[in-house]
Amino acid sequence: MELLRVEALTLAFGGLRVAREISLALASGDRLALIGPNGAGKTTFVNLVTGQLAPDAGRIVLAGEDVTRMAVAARVRRGLVRTFQISRLFRDMSVRDNVLLAILQREGRTARAIRHAATDRTLVAEADAHLERLGLGEVAGDRVGAIAYGQQRLVEIAIAVALRPKVLLLDEPAAGVSRAEQPRIVAALAALPPDIAVLMIEHDMDLVLRLARRVVVLAAGALVFDGSPEAVVSDPGVRAAYLGSYGT
Amino acid sequence: MAATKMAPRSPIARDRLVTAGGLAAIAAAGAIGLVLFPNDLGFLTRVLATALLVLSLDLVTGYCGVATLGHAALFGGGAYASGMLAAHGGIQDPLVLLAAGLAGGLVTGLVSGLVILRATGLPQLVLSIAVVQLASALANKLSGWTGGSDGLSGISPGPLFGRFAFDLWGQTGYLLGVALLLVVFAALRALVLSPFGLLCRGIREDVIRVGALGARVRPALVAMYGISGAVAGLGGALSAVTTGVVGLDSLSFERSASALVMLVFGGAGSLGGALVGTVVFQVFEHAVSAANPFHWLTLVGLLLIAVVLFLPRGLQALPARLAGLVRRRAAPARGGA
Ligand SMILES: Nc1ncnc2c1ncn2[C@@H]1O[C@H](COP(=O)(O)OP(=O)(O)OP(=O)(O)O)[C@@H](O)[C@H]1O
Ligand SMILES: [Mg+2]
Repeated sequence: MELLRVEALTLAFGGLRVAREISLALASGDRLALIGPNGAGKTTFVNLVTGQLAPDAGRIVLAGEDVTRMAVAARVRRGLVRTFQISRLFRDMSVRDNVLLAILQREGRTARAIRHAATDRTLVAEADAHLERLGLGEVAGDRVGAIAYGQQRLVEIAIAVALRPKVLLLDEPAAGVSRAEQPRIVAALAALPPDIAVLMIEHDMDLVLRLARRVVVLAAGALVFDGSPEAVVSDPGVRAAYLGSYGT
Repeated sequence: MAATKMAPRSPIARDRLVTAGGLAAIAAAGAIGLVLFPNDLGFLTRVLATALLVLSLDLVTGYCGVATLGHAALFGGGAYASGMLAAHGGIQDPLVLLAAGLAGGLVTGLVSGLVILRATGLPQLVLSIAVVQLASALANKLSGWTGGSDGLSGISPGPLFGRFAFDLWGQTGYLLGVALLLVVFAALRALVLSPFGLLCRGIREDVIRVGALGARVRPALVAMYGISGAVAGLGGALSAVTTGVVGLDSLSFERSASALVMLVFGGAGSLGGALVGTVVFQVFEHAVSAANPFHWLTLVGLLLIAVVLFLPRGLQALPARLAGLVRRRAAPARGGA
C-alpha cells in the first residue's frame, strides 16, 4: 500500500534550485535511504514533505490525502513524523518528559490541565520503555541539556518512535552518535512496526546497507538514482554526482 | 530500606511536596505580615494583588515564552469589571465582585491574547504595549463608566460572608488576599504540572519541535492567555474591593513594566520565583523609599542589576547557587583538575 507520494516537488531559494521536480513514492514496509553530497537538498526535501517549507510547485500525498497545503502539525497527526539533523529537544525538561510529551500529544491529552502529566502510569511506563531500548534508562530523569550530544540524538529517535509514525523521515539519525552507540539506533529502527514506511538520510554506507533495501540519490536538488544498495556503489551516474559536487 | 521508602521518589510525589511547601510558605508569610506589621496591611494587600498579576504574567512569559509589556491590561480589565459592577450595578458581595474580576480578566486576556499572538518577538512586544495603551485610552474615554482620570470610586463592598467588614485596618482585605493567593497558587501549580502545562513549556522552548509533535501552538497560547487573564483579573478585583477605587494606573504601561521587572527579579518560569520576586522587590522598594526618599530609586536599580548579573535565573535560583558555592568550598582539592 502506498503511504507517501511526492510529485514533481520543486523549490528554489532565490536562484538556487534546491528541489528539481522530485518525484518519489513510499509504500508500507519500505526502508529507503536518501543519500547525496553535502548541500544536495536532502534536509530541504524533508522540510518540504513535512510542511516546514512550502514548495513552489508539486504535490504531496499522504496515505491518499493531498497534504500539500496542510500545516506541519496536521500532517504529524496523520502519521508523518520526522527527526531533525541537529537535535531539537526541550532542553530544560527531563529526558523522560520529552518523550512523555510526545506520547501525551499522540494520545490527544495535551488539553488536560488539572492532573499531573505523569498521572497515567501506563504512558510513563511506555516513555521509559522507549528510553530503555535506546540505552537512555539511566538518564531518564536528567535534564536533556545536561546529557551528552550523542545521547540527545537518541532522544530524537525515541520521540519519533513514540509518536507511532506511519511514515518516518530520519534526517541523519546517526550523525553525532558514537560508533559504540550506533547499534542502539539499528535496534530501535529494527523494532519499528514492519508495515510503516521509513526514509533515512544517512552518509554512513555501513548503516545504509544494514537498514535500507532501496537507495535514492539526490544531487543538486535532483534525483539521479533509485535502486538497490548494492547497485548504488558502482553506479557511474552516482559517482559522477558525488565527484561533480565536490569538484566544483 | 525505611529511609528510601520515606523519600519521595516519583516525580508526582516530589512535585506535590514542592506545592505543599509553597502553600506553607505563603501561609507562614501571611501570618508574619498579620502579626508583625498590623499597620501596613493596606500596603501588604497591594503586594498580594500585584503578586497575582506577576503570577499571571509568569504563565504567559515564564511558561510560554510570550514577551509582553502590556500585561496590566488584564489586571485593569478585572479591576474595572469588578469596580463598575459595584459602582454602577450596586453589587456589594465581595465574592461576586471577585468573580466579576475573574471574568473581566478572562475576557481581556482572550482578546489581548488574540491580538498579541499574531506576532512574535519584537513586533509582539510592540503589540503588547499598544494593547495596554489602547485599554488605558479606552478607560479614559469612557469616563462616564470608568471615572476617567479621576478614577472609579463608589465601590463599597459589604462584609465578607456577611460577617467580616472591610474596615480601616484592612485585616479582612488582607486575609482575603492571602486566601486568594493560596487558592491561586495551588491551582496554578496543578496547571503548570499538567499535560497542558508541559505542552506550554515545550512551546516556550521550541515552537518548531512542538509542531513536529503534532501540537497546535496558537490555541494553546490563547487558552493560556485566558487563564492568565483570569488570574490577573482576580488581582485587579482584589485591589478594587480592598481599596474601594480603580484608577487608570491599574492598566498602565508602567504597571506592566514593573510586573515584568518583578518577574525577572524573582525568576520567570517558576511560580515561587514570581511570588518571591514580587514580595522582595515591593518590600525593598517600600522600605528603602521610606528610609531614603532621595536615593531609593538608585538603590532599587542597583539591586536589580546585581540580581540580573549574578542570578540570571532570578532570586529563586539563589538556594541552588549557594549550595553550589558551599559544595565547591567543601571540595577545594579537586578544584584544579
Ligand atoms: N532557508 C534557506 N535559505 C537559503 N538557502 C538554503 C536554506 N536552507 C538551505 N539552503 C541551501 O540549500 C542547499 C541545500 O541544503 P540542505 O540543507 O537541504 O542540504 P543537505 O543535502 O541536507 O546537506 P547536508 O548533507 O549538509 O545536511 C544548500 O546549498 C543550503 O545552503
Ligand atoms: Mg541536511
